[in-house]
Amino acid sequence: MIRPQGANSLLILVPALNEEGAIGQVVRSIKHSMPDTPVLVVDDGSVDSTVYQARAAGAEVLQLPHHLGLGGCVQAGYKLAFELGFEYVIRIDGDGQHDARDIPRLFERLLASGCEMVIGSRFVNYNGSETSVLRSLGIRFFRLVLRPILGKEVHDPTSGFVGVNRKALGVFSRSFPLEYPEIEALVVLQRRRFRFEEIPCKMWPRKTGRSSITPLKSIYYITHVLLGVFVNVLKYERRLHRQHGPAGAPSGPGD
Amino acid sequence: MQHLLNITAATSVLLLILVLVSVRRAHIRVEYSVSWLVAAVALLALSRSSSLLRAAARLVGISSAPLVLLLIAAAVFLLIFFRFSVIVSHLREDNIALAQRVAILEYHIQGLREHANS
Repeated sequence: MIRPQGANSLLILVPALNEEGAIGQVVRSIKHSMPDTPVLVVDDGSVDSTVYQARAAGAEVLQLPHHLGLGGCVQAGYKLAFELGFEYVIRIDGDGQHDARDIPRLFERLLASGCEMVIGSRFVNYNGSETSVLRSLGIRFFRLVLRPILGKEVHDPTSGFVGVNRKALGVFSRSFPLEYPEIEALVVLQRRRFRFEEIPCKMWPRKTGRSSITPLKSIYYITHVLLGVFVNVLKYERRLHRQHGPAGAPSGPGD
Repeated sequence: MQHLLNITAATSVLLLILVLVSVRRAHIRVEYSVSWLVAAVALLALSRSSSLLRAAARLVGISSAPLVLLLIAAAVFLLIFFRFSVIVSHLREDNIALAQRVAILEYHIQGLREHANS
């Protein structure tokens, strides 16, 4: 069973769904980069041997009783990490697209910056990471939407390679977007006056399996995320308005 | 006009019977059957009472009574669907929280078992 070790205890969180072809290698590469750091694979109801492969590679597995979707899956891991008392959690995808060698750099930045969230970005100092045309267009669109809301540019808002500290962990374990969580999570953090940074990271093409993104799903994704972003903005604006009155400026983190 | 009213009345009676039978067989919980029963009774009353339907038409300012009946039916069903969307959303939230809790508790139990065996 995983336990936090030391003052800056770190947990690596890997959400996975039917990733038997990649998960073993992902866990081994994390163990190679961060030998003493516990790895928790959160299985979102896989019907293949993902759980077995993850355990065989040396990871602990949190097995959800049924499929919850990415947000519910990641949040389960955040909840467990928060309850066990971890100070930092780094989430990395289970399909092998992220390079585990970037984890130490992301963790160092998380410690040094004091930011609540550090994002591993493909587009800060563009490093040749491959992205489909459709996804690339979506990312550009959300960059434009998010800029005025976040008050700064976010280069890779859909990145699944993210580190958070305990403050953000506490927020996310209570409230986390359940479908397509990355972009909405940024808005949730910003509304609480939390800070985030991006560091350049490499992203590889998917090694096994197929991406579930189709043109129709992309339209659904964009609509869903846009709605989620604006709901979050309105929710927190109204809360801040109630707390400080129409003319009052918020002085600290929101609820 | 009369044909439309008869069809609406028959549909309402059918809905009433369906809901009551479903409640009796515990296919629907009583609290979720109330909306359907109220809707069925309201439509039955409107389709059987021409004075009530004319009053409703005057109230909304539409001269055609059949059109008013269809509008009311559509509005009632939209409201019911919306209510059930709210209920389903709450259930989904609860279901996710419960599934996460089950997974975390199972993880702790497994840890305790391993500790006890070692």
